[in-house]
This record gives sequence, C-alpha cells and structure tokens, in this order.
Amino acid sequence: MNSAAASAGATMLDVRDLHAWYAESHVLHGMNFDVREGELLTLIGRNGAGKTTTLRSIMGLLKKRTGSIKLRDQQLIGKRTFEIARMGIGYCPEDRAIFSSLSVRENMFLPPVLQSGGMSDDDLFTAFPNLKARAGSQGTKLSGGEQQMLAIARILRTGSRLLLLDEPSEGLAPVVVKEIGELIKRLKQQGFTIILVEQNLRFARQVADRHVVVENGKVVDIVTNAELEADMDRLKTYLGV
Amino acid sequence: MFENLSTQLLFGQLLLGLINGSFYAMLSMGLAIIFGLMNVVNFAHGAQYMLGAFVAWLLLNYLGIGYWPALVIAPLVVAVFGMGIERLLLRRLQNLDHLYGLLATYALALVIEGLIRNQYGSTGMPYENPLPGGMNLGFMFVPYYRLWVVAFSLVVCIGTWLVIEHTKLGAYLRAANEKPQIVETFGINVPRMITLTYGFGVGLAALSGVLAAPIYQVSPSMGSNLIIVVFAVVVIGGMGSIAGAAIAGYLLGAIEGLTKVIYPEGSSLVIFLFMIVALYLRPGGLISAKESN
Repeated sequence: MNSAAASAGATMLDVRDLHAWYAESHVLHGMNFDVREGELLTLIGRNGAGKTTTLRSIMGLLKKRTGSIKLRDQQLIGKRTFEIARMGIGYCPEDRAIFSSLSVRENMFLPPVLQSGGMSDDDLFTAFPNLKARAGSQGTKLSGGEQQMLAIARILRTGSRLLLLDEPSEGLAPVVVKEIGELIKRLKQQGFTIILVEQNLRFARQVADRHVVVENGKVVDIVTNAELEADMDRLKTYLGV
Repeated sequence: MFENLSTQLLFGQLLLGLINGSFYAMLSMGLAIIFGLMNVVNFAHGAQYMLGAFVAWLLLNYLGIGYWPALVIAPLVVAVFGMGIERLLLRRLQNLDHLYGLLATYALALVIEGLIRNQYGSTGMPYENPLPGGMNLGFMFVPYYRLWVVAFSLVVCIGTWLVIEHTKLGAYLRAANEKPQIVETFGINVPRMITLTYGFGVGLAALSGVLAAPIYQVSPSMGSNLIIVVFAVVVIGGMGSIAGAAIAGYLLGAIEGLTKVIYPEGSSLVIFLFMIVALYLRPGGLISAKESN
C-alpha cells in the first residue's frame, strides 16, 4: 500500500547523473534516483559504497559535484550549503553532530525556523520528554540514543519537509533502535519525505517504501519494499551479508 | 626592600596594573574569539589596536571629532577594514595550516605599521585626556580617566561574555566553533558569520586603541609593544576560551603592577614566568576550551 501511495506523489527530489569528488578522488559515478512526496526511501549498500557521500552531496558539503539534483524544480548544484538548507532540507549526519559547548536545549533550538509548518518548541519537548528532562545538561552528556533523538528532533523545528537521515540506528541497543524506528514511522505518517541511509536491512524494511541499492558510487538496483522478500537473496549479495 | 613600600605606591601600581590588564583583557578576548571561530592566530591584532587609536587621532585633528564620538566611529571604521581583510585574504587561507594565517596577519601588521610610520613618523603623538582631574581616596589619587577605562573595559568584557555564553547569537558562534559545516546545514550563512566575527574581534582591538590613546601616546609601534604580552595572556587563559582570556588579562595586569612595586626589574619578565608555571600546572590554560567540552 505504501509504495502505491508513494508512487502517486509528485517527485520531491530528482537526482540525475550525480558525480562527486572528495578533493581529487572521484567517489560518486553518476547516481540516478528520485524520491516522491511523502515517500521513505532508503539508500542501502556496503560500507564505502557512497551512501553518506550522496547525502553530503545533496547538502552541498562536497565542493565538487556535477550532474543534476532538483528539489521540486529547483536545481541544487551550484548552490551553497546554507542556501540548500533554506530551500527545505533537514540533514541529520551520521556522527549525530551534537554540540558539546551547547546545552541540550541550545542544541535542540539551534536550527532556525526556515519555513512555516515546523514543530513548535513546546511540541518538540512534548514529543521528546527525555530531552526535556535533561534540557540543561551538556549536549554530549546524553546517551547515544538520546543524542540520536536530539539530532533528529532539532531538524523538525525548521519546517523542512525533506529529511536526510544518515544511519540513525548505528551503534545503538536494539530497544533504542526500535524507538528510533517508531519515531521515523511517525514522521512518515506526518507526511515528511525521508531519505534514510541504512545498513541494517531488518530496520530498513520496517519503515521504507523503496530501497535504492548503492555500489561503487552508482545505483545498481531499486526495489520496492513489497518486492523485498522475493529479492532478499539478491539484496544480501549486494550487502555482502 | 619592603620598608619603603608605601600604600600610595602599592595601590598606584595596582591601578596601573589594572589599566594594563583592561587592555590585555579586551585584546586577548578578541584574539580568543577570532581563534575559536577561524583558527587564525591574528598577529595583526596589535596593528588593529594601533589603528583604532590612530583613527581617533585623525578624527580629532582633521575633522574636529572628539573622543566620545570617536569611541564609536573608530572601532566601526577599523572593523570594516578588518572585514575587508577577511574577505580578500583570510578566507582564502581557511583550509590551510594555522601557520599561513599567522604569517599573513603578521605581514599585514608590518605593512600597516610601516605605512603609518612612513606617513606620520615614529614619534608618539599626544591625545588630549577627555576626563581630566581625579579624586583623592585618602590613600591614593585616582584620575577619572583611568577609572573610566577600567570600568568600561569590565562592562565590555562581561557584556561580550554574556552574549557569547547566554544568547542565541552566542550559541551559533559556539556551535560554529565546533562544527561549522553542520551549522551551515541548518541554513545559517556561516561565511558571513565568520566575516562579522572577525570584524567584531578587530573592532574590539580598535576600541581598546581609542581607550589607550589618552593614556599612552598614539604611535605606530604602540600595538607591537603590547601584542606579545597579549599572546601570552591568551595562552595562559586557554586558547579560544573567552572567559579565560579576560580573567587572565586582568590577573596578569595586576601581577605585573605588583611586581613593579616589589621587584621593578622583574616586571617585564613576570608574565612570561607566570606563563611557564601556568602551562606546567595547567597545560590547557586557566579555563581550558577542551575541558569544557
């Protein structure tokens, strides 16, 4: 049902022939995929396949990139990182990037409101009671799971409708991974469009509409969640598990 | 040697020490802010302090604009000049080693000082005291202007600290110190923030320069005489620590003043001895930026 609903949505982000470089090293070799309004797309693949780099390229964090990345109809190539963010993309990096010189509250409310429709400060604390209880502590004193919640929570107040989440389940205890999964499902129900980088296939299949398989900086396969079961053997070879 | 140590002398030197400390504090705070956000060791800080005093002198002598307006105008003029430097020069060095920023700003300091020396000579020029007179406290005489300098610099230092530690603007600054790219992904124009921050640090140096003009003579070398001590202060306070820089500034001013009473020959040495001891005991500085992480 999910994939059918998603395929009906208009294209939110369209990535065509995306190449990107870290200094002299060519890491993305012509990525092609799109994500539709309200869809949850995962990027899966082995370590070093180019999943994180794809998110970083969308955000303009790589200096050199060519091809086309269109958000609705606006071209992101050539734009600077802060301009891309202001067009309505929220980014949650792999290392969570919680600021140690800021309190939990300061971390949470640091991103400015860029568009209307974001969560209000009160709503955020209601949705994340753990963080409210520890609002005054130093951001990095939180547990890994709490830091992950905080990293997601803070981009919800900006009003961005497209969220890029880089391995939110990484390094967390199963019970916390489950909580993060619930959170991501809730966000999807609220209509957010999400691109999720994930290595944990079991986690990915619970929340996703489609899976984009990345290998050596290219998209080698795109599978809907419904087809996943049938294609499991093939996917496992991609992931090397 | 202690029998001729009068209270008059002791407090006189302590006040002088606090005056010097006020300049150390304001200058090292600006350096710490710039280093924290940009990783640039701003060797032009002394020259920018001198430029503040010089612009005030020019305003008075060519346009008849007095001390109080100059206290606002001169720092703004020098801050704009600083922002130009950041855009044209420092921005291009931001991905390179610290050393390049240090060399570029050092070269800049030499060029600025050289140009001014060429135009106006190296003898100091007097700047009239805007607050003549003073009050007698019984045990010592306190000139009003010196009182003003100490009080005003305290207000500036505490105000700057409050803004950085307790406002949204300060939170952006602290966050950008840590992870500028992530702050940019929140839609903040970090390059512009860096330009404005450099402008603020430079403006703070120029403000100190205007405050110094009526006390010391306005001369091209007034900044380079001070800057080495100020660097010692920043290191003692903890590189990049705003509060540490200000506290170390006043503390070292006072220590230097007291040394002038007790053992005058050691007064120019004491700060560096203190630096050795402080670094030995607390290698991260009095208030370590790392420790608060």
